[in-house]
Amino acid sequence: MVRLNLMLLALLVVCALSLVTSRHQARKLYVELERERAKAHAYETEFGQLQLEQSTWGMPIRVEKIARESLKMQLPGPGRIEIVPGKGAR
Amino acid sequence: MTGLSAALRRHPPAPKLPRFRAPLIFGVLLMMFATLAARSLYLQWIDNAFLQDQGTARYSRAIDVPAHRGRILDRLGEPLAISTPVKSIWSFPGQVDATPGQLSQLAHALETTPQALAKKLDDGSDFVFLAKQVPPEVAERIAALKIKGIHDQNEYRRFYPAGEMASHVVGFTGDHDVGQEGMELTQQEWLGGKPGSRRVIINRRGEAVEHVESIRAPQPGRDLSLSIDARLQYLAFRELKAAVEANHAKAGGLVILDVETGEILALANWPTYNPNARNRVAREKMRNRALTDVFEPGSTLKPFTIAAALESGKVRPDTVIETAPGSLTIGPNTIHDAHKNGALTVEQVIQKSSNVGAAKIALSLPPATMWRMFSEAGFGTPPNTGFPGEVAGRLRPAKTWKPIEQATMAYGHGISVNLVQLARAYTIFAGDGELKPATLLKGSGPTAGRPVVRPEIALAVRRMLELAVLPGGTAPKAQVPGYRVAGKTGTAHKLEGRGYTNKYVSSFVGFAPASAPRLIVAVMIDEPSAGQHFGGEVAAPVFSAVMGTALRMLATPPDAPGDNVILPTQDSAIGEET
Repeated sequence: MVRLNLMLLALLVVCALSLVTSRHQARKLYVELERERAKAHAYETEFGQLQLEQSTWGMPIRVEKIARESLKMQLPGPGRIEIVPGKGAR
Repeated sequence: MTGLSAALRRHPPAPKLPRFRAPLIFGVLLMMFATLAARSLYLQWIDNAFLQDQGTARYSRAIDVPAHRGRILDRLGEPLAISTPVKSIWSFPGQVDATPGQLSQLAHALETTPQALAKKLDDGSDFVFLAKQVPPEVAERIAALKIKGIHDQNEYRRFYPAGEMASHVVGFTGDHDVGQEGMELTQQEWLGGKPGSRRVIINRRGEAVEHVESIRAPQPGRDLSLSIDARLQYLAFRELKAAVEANHAKAGGLVILDVETGEILALANWPTYNPNARNRVAREKMRNRALTDVFEPGSTLKPFTIAAALESGKVRPDTVIETAPGSLTIGPNTIHDAHKNGALTVEQVIQKSSNVGAAKIALSLPPATMWRMFSEAGFGTPPNTGFPGEVAGRLRPAKTWKPIEQATMAYGHGISVNLVQLARAYTIFAGDGELKPATLLKGSGPTAGRPVVRPEIALAVRRMLELAVLPGGTAPKAQVPGYRVAGKTGTAHKLEGRGYTNKYVSSFVGFAPASAPRLIVAVMIDEPSAGQHFGGEVAAPVFSAVMGTALRMLATPPDAPGDNVILPTQDSAIGEET
């Protein structure tokens, strides 16, 4: 009887300790999760900013200006366009 | 020992204490204990809210979960409006405690002078914003200075990469990220995010270690895809701006419509404004004229009169109408043609834009027939594009029409429309006689229209519209290299007060490729005053430039390869009025 009680006591102590450990583990993991969430949010923010930057640099008005002025490009006139009929063309 | 007892004995006996003294003190102490016990019982069981809250606050915290506003995208996914987090710097000036060095660093971070900053902090108010909506990096530098009494708060700022090009369609948000104009306003429900909140347990470092409950689930805003194509929008804006400036016009509008789906691919207005910096912008410039303003369309309405006549069977495309002597008198009023023509076929009435011809055809119809045609083409009812404040235009009931009114309505006077209505009405001729619903939201494919005229009549009118842009018509300048084009000019006198003035609204509505129409472009130039005012001279070149580039951008196969543009010699060009 006494031995059984001692054994149960030992079991209880082990359970209690493992509960404490797992609680601690859970909290540590949760902290990590929170940190990653914050990071994800920061990345999302950065993505928005980069998207904004990209569309600002890629504005047709700017592209056209560079093409015309620095690269000296121009639209071809009708005489310089050759139409190549595709497979499905009439 | 004896000495001590002798000494004790030498003292007089202690005075006898009053009998009640001990119980009294005992009673008082007991009452004090009772009070304390009562107080603690009271705090423990009855008034426990405050302490309970204080206790909870030591380990539990409600944290906000941010939810940002959805983006507005064009049909290809290019952003037209994006929210990004920023910070606003504020302070309680009374609590500010900083060294002059810190203050000059703060002024430097805020891009102002120490004097200006000191003035802001000294104006005597309890609360002051030092800077609104600064980038997060700047806010971090300021926080690093650790000045007492300087705080920041999180906000979102809305950016519009397309700026003034698309401002009328997209609109803008006001305070607290709430839509105030344009699609930002009508789609507030869809775009708006609702920040959430949840309760967590924190450790001594202030990190959340356990999730307790979700108080309010965050609801991030959803992205909205518009029917607008940013490339076409830019093209439309650029050409419209150039035309308004070249013609010294007051205003202008341009709409590009997809024939298959009725989607609005571009909608440009001039004058415009920059939604990223709209302080002190006149309300006038914020109006989306293409949807919220009406004008008398003039001759661009003639095809509908002709379609009604063809549909009723009263005339055929080759029926001859006598338009000599170039004027028609109805009661006290007389209608004129800009150029005298003799006998014209119905086809030529459109080609030469003869008012007398259109009026004669209209007068052969019952008013109700014409009214039904106009009404089914969408005039007199708002176009329902999902834009706030769009107008219906004016189409009076047929019963109230006098003959002169019926005659002038045949060529677009006495009726008012907005530009989107006008562009949409042309889907009848560009398609197979069906009116497509116009929308500003991206759809998923061809939409069903409402049949208005029989397909063969739509085709007949399309043929007439093709003649109008060829030499001998009113708008040879609307031709596009490589493509067959169909369209109609309009040159309407402006109605001001009680009568017509010598100011004009020049317009052109057309579609291409005529063999299988893909796009409708409608151009409207308000009060051109650089010498030219005919739609064929002012609006048609804009149409040609926009249509040509747009078709190429959309990789539409040309249906008239080669050099198909034939411009008439100067003296054979045909003008028109209305």
